[in-house]
Amino acid sequence: MSFEGIPVYKEKAYFKATKLDGAAAKHHPFVVVGSGPIGLAMALFMARKGHQVTIVTAFDFIPAGSKGICYSKEALDIFDDLGIGERIVEKGVIWNVGKVFWGDSSDPVYQFDMLPVKDQKNPGFVNIQQYYVEDYLVDALEAMENVQIRWGHKVSGIDVSENGSTLTITTRDGDYQMASDYVLACDGSKSTIRDLMGLDFEGRIFEDSFLIADVKFKQSRPSERWFWFDPPFNQGRTALLHKQPDDIWRLDFQLGWDVDRDAAIKPENMAPYIRGLLGEDIEYEEDWVSVYTFQCRRMANFVHGQVIFAGDAAHQVSPFGARGANSGLPDVQNLAWKLDLVLRGTAPKGLLASYDVERTQGADENILNSSRSTDFITPKSENSTVFRDAVLELAGEYEFARPLVNSGRLSAPTPYHHSPLSTPDRDEFAVGPKPGQVCVDAPICQNGEYGWLLDNLDDGFTLLHFGQNPPQTNLQILELSDAGLAGERYGAGTTYLVRPDKIVAARWANASENDVKQAHNRAISDAGA
Amino acid sequence: MKTSGTLNTTANLQDSDTVYEALINAHEGLSDKDSAKLNAKLILFLINHIGDKQVILEAIDKSNSQSA
Repeated sequence: MSFEGIPVYKEKAYFKATKLDGAAAKHHPFVVVGSGPIGLAMALFMARKGHQVTIVTAFDFIPAGSKGICYSKEALDIFDDLGIGERIVEKGVIWNVGKVFWGDSSDPVYQFDMLPVKDQKNPGFVNIQQYYVEDYLVDALEAMENVQIRWGHKVSGIDVSENGSTLTITTRDGDYQMASDYVLACDGSKSTIRDLMGLDFEGRIFEDSFLIADVKFKQSRPSERWFWFDPPFNQGRTALLHKQPDDIWRLDFQLGWDVDRDAAIKPENMAPYIRGLLGEDIEYEEDWVSVYTFQCRRMANFVHGQVIFAGDAAHQVSPFGARGANSGLPDVQNLAWKLDLVLRGTAPKGLLASYDVERTQGADENILNSSRSTDFITPKSENSTVFRDAVLELAGEYEFARPLVNSGRLSAPTPYHHSPLSTPDRDEFAVGPKPGQVCVDAPICQNGEYGWLLDNLDDGFTLLHFGQNPPQTNLQILELSDAGLAGERYGAGTTYLVRPDKIVAARWANASENDVKQAHNRAISDAGA
Repeated sequence: MKTSGTLNTTANLQDSDTVYEALINAHEGLSDKDSAKLNAKLILFLINHIGDKQVILEAIDKSNSQSA
């Protein structure tokens, strides 16, 4: 089954525009555009904070095709906030180890661990088909009374004014207008809203293409990310193998530039690659195939008045490093708590400027890492190839060369250096997350019950205190013993002010009531002022 | 890793003629491709040994005649 060439995983009931009647003219405080993982997560964050949520999406289905399959620990922590993390981890394939091979050797030249700090709730990575993630998000949204998903409602026009926008929505029943104070554009790399507003999306094109062949077969192989430079089955190029649920494996082959896409995905042309990697005697069936090229680019600004961009609509990277959805999710986690406070009137509108500051920094870091990986995987000159091969040759024998092997630096949280919302350290700290960094997880014991630190942080701001006598505060407080692993990771006797997105806003060795008050005020202040 | 040093551009090597000779001899009989690889490996060994980002970046900058 497919819709305009897009294969369908699950059909959704078209939302009859005729049902809207007078309500169509209703004024919305915000509308979410797009039903990919980022739009759905944005909607679910706002719904869980008690807002009336409307999503418009051109699709009336969840698309098939595994697409983005690697979800980072940070993404899983965010899914936990949204109540679907455990479902994703249960269905997904957990992996922490990546191995890099070179040539025909069966010994890796390099291997890495995606969860260097152990004893945290979530693993380094989980692989799961994107449609499962979207399906679970939709399930959670559909279970809520304050959510309306308008399937089959395509944005075809936008008229932006200072205090809001009027969207033109095209449906099979005709067009209608929709007024909204805020428009949250989560409509993907080909963002209609971005195009309609004529906004920039500049960056670097990489002249290379890759074949994704997701195939189903039964074979016992470890749940690890395997990457090859110059393997015998794709000489002079690269290949990647990842495990997914349901006995499906992601095989990814570098093809070079100027390939015939239609020819590349013919079964007889893919077979030598697949057989070369898996072995001659493996029975497999194709699940999803695709040829892709990529760019590394971002919008200069994500906040345009009251139209705000997130996810692929705002930034795009190569797939090496799993930095697509894994950077879109922190976008909406960051945006949702700020928009929530602004809509409630407890923070100034200018707080939203900090979303732009923090997440463009996140996008820059992702683009930097992704571009570096791509330059290693696809060297741009003879000299660059010489250095790359020298690194691979040395890495087998010499430890120092191994960290230089770059098959993708996998997504990790971006620390917000110099965030306008952070209070710089006054006190000396030997350990613990710095202001602007995400909280590290640890097992904790509260009133005789075992749990995880991140799970016990509030949806709002939390004052996290280790030891006796926390400062006075109106905020939610989480008091933990400084004797356990958590105390070791944060420092005995310390106090942390943690934002709703689990980023440290401030920390003290000896906090006063006034310290906390000032830091909290700063963390919800007008960042554009 | 140190990140704060500056590149030493004064003579710092004893018996430099022997070292220079060894460098030239190592390339003898090699194809251009193998020579390039030898140089690449040598650079990688040495920058790791130096282990000071500032010094290495300064050396890269000074080696690039276009930037002089």
